[in-house]
Amino acid sequence: MPDGALPVLDVRNLKTVFRTRAGEIHAVNSVSFQLRPGELLGVVGESGSGKSVTMMSLIGLLPSPPAEVRDGNVMLGDKDLLKIGEDGLRAIRGRDVGFVFQDPMTSLNPVFTVGFQIMEPLRRHMGMDKARARKRAVELLELVGIPDAERRLKDFPHQFSGGMRQRVMIAIALACDPKVLIADEPTTALDVTIQAQIIELVKGLREKLGMAIIWITHDLGVIAGIADRVMVMYGGQVAEHGPVREVFANPAHPYTRALLKTVPKLREPRADKLRVIEGQPPMLGAHPTACPFRARCEHAFERCARENPPRREIGAGHDVACWWDHRTGEPV
Amino acid sequence: MFTYTLRRLAFAVPTVLVISLIVFLMLDMAPGDPTGSLPLTIPLEVREQIRQALGLGDPVLVRYFKWLHMMVIIEPSHMLANATGWNIAIEGPRILSWQTRSPVGDIIVQRIPQTLWVVGLGYLFGILIAVPIGVISAYKQYSWFDQTGTFISMVGFSVPTFFTGVVFILIFSVWLGWFPSMYDTTHRVRDWDSFLFQVRQIAMPVAVLALFNASQISRFMRASMLDNLNQDYVRTARAKGLMERTVLLVHVLRNSMIPVVTVIAIGIPTVFTGAIITEQIFRVNGLGDALIRAIYVSDWPMVQTITFIFAILIVLFNLIADVLYGILDPRIRYE
Repeated sequence: MPDGALPVLDVRNLKTVFRTRAGEIHAVNSVSFQLRPGELLGVVGESGSGKSVTMMSLIGLLPSPPAEVRDGNVMLGDKDLLKIGEDGLRAIRGRDVGFVFQDPMTSLNPVFTVGFQIMEPLRRHMGMDKARARKRAVELLELVGIPDAERRLKDFPHQFSGGMRQRVMIAIALACDPKVLIADEPTTALDVTIQAQIIELVKGLREKLGMAIIWITHDLGVIAGIADRVMVMYGGQVAEHGPVREVFANPAHPYTRALLKTVPKLREPRADKLRVIEGQPPMLGAHPTACPFRARCEHAFERCARENPPRREIGAGHDVACWWDHRTGEPV
Repeated sequence: MFTYTLRRLAFAVPTVLVISLIVFLMLDMAPGDPTGSLPLTIPLEVREQIRQALGLGDPVLVRYFKWLHMMVIIEPSHMLANATGWNIAIEGPRILSWQTRSPVGDIIVQRIPQTLWVVGLGYLFGILIAVPIGVISAYKQYSWFDQTGTFISMVGFSVPTFFTGVVFILIFSVWLGWFPSMYDTTHRVRDWDSFLFQVRQIAMPVAVLALFNASQISRFMRASMLDNLNQDYVRTARAKGLMERTVLLVHVLRNSMIPVVTVIAIGIPTVFTGAIITEQIFRVNGLGDALIRAIYVSDWPMVQTITFIFAILIVLFNLIADVLYGILDPRIRYE
């Protein structure tokens, strides 16, 4: 991937808080990352690590209240998405940033035809009339590999299978040629074989269309297969981040290392129990003043409870937020 | 969709027939005598002749089939002939009211317009008020608008119409003198002034019914909107960058209307029957009023006929609700 190019998306110190009756939940804490043109960034982490919330915060998709984006800059090109207001975000969503969600069974509106739902962003953002939007919708369905596209436009979502519906979702997200496609666990709700098809489809579309992709997932295998860079999140923070080969070969954060160990290996003798990371993800009740992973970390020491580790560079484009040095096995 | 409708219709016919038998038999077995309200000076044998003349000498099943024949063939043909002016009325004996000796069908045709105007307008206004209130209440959940709306609809739904009706009469007729307390059926709208009078006399019964219906429907509407607002497809619509208005009034409303429309359709006949009380309070001589008067004097043909019409309306609107459900929800249509 072109390294020196200007990032399409530059997120700095994003901080999102949910206000609830029980107090504030600090779901995203000072997350920074960049996305370069045509690059595929994988975001991994367990449920509640802030992956989805981070991405939804970028384009104002979180319901507010209770969510509140409290701090940070999100530069898309030369626009700061946190400053352009609700109207500005509406003009960006679906046009410059496409979104694909987890569950294709519920993400499409059951009472409108697939054609209507694909044509909607085209007519809203591209000012197309019905006939032109229709033509483009047929092209899009063909692009995502739905056969007999012309006729399928008139069908309702329930007449499509799960994998086909996810293809429709991708067609909607790609309708206006977005610069960034955010895919939030797009294959989690699908069968393994369908997952593979969708992954191949997105790979192919990226080569053809050249948009940058953020791919959120639990599945490390998927990331290894398609991502250029990977960002591991834990407790609303970035734990480790770097080129995908580098992170998988030399994981620096104890969480990443533990995460990689939980992946069952085909070539090793069969284990009776799947490996797990002991403990619970942290409650994010306050702005963290300590490392959120310390309670589950085998290398934790006194400093981890006192100071939240900043991200430090350990290789080319590879950084980690940890007080423990994986190379020496000693505190930094 | 067409076969679906036909199948539903095929189920409706036996349902209506069974209801007609039950209605007929129940009233036939009820105590009371058509000559009961006649002067006591009439000798017993004359009373017996009157009963014979009314056709009460036949066995009950014979009378049922005679009544059914008149009910489903002769009376509707006369009603149609009256309504259209075409000469399509079928000759034959008609269902006669014991009380007035005139055909039941003619009386009902006279009574229907009042009921339709008052009750129909009450229901229509109820829907027109309820839908926007339900939508705004759900969208701004727990706002002052929602709290007020929910409170008013709870009160409107729990307080019966015979109570709100009397309260309205007390406030607006007796104290303020704005509206007449009685509905004058003979009033004809000829000019602007008589139109204003019509508006004034219809205002209170319509308001009472509209309040009651709006309370019920707005609660359904709100609940249905709330169900849909949290659905994933709403997030998808927002992710497309659609205007909030479009998200709400196209995507969410269309889905939310599915259960509400069926509730509205099923509610139409119960409004006819439920309005009996409102008609009594405001002296509207509609269908409900005719039914109550017929019950007082044991005029069974009248009671049987009106009850049966109500039964047909209920079956019919259930059918309409089913068909509407199929039209609104594409997932139902092809099953």
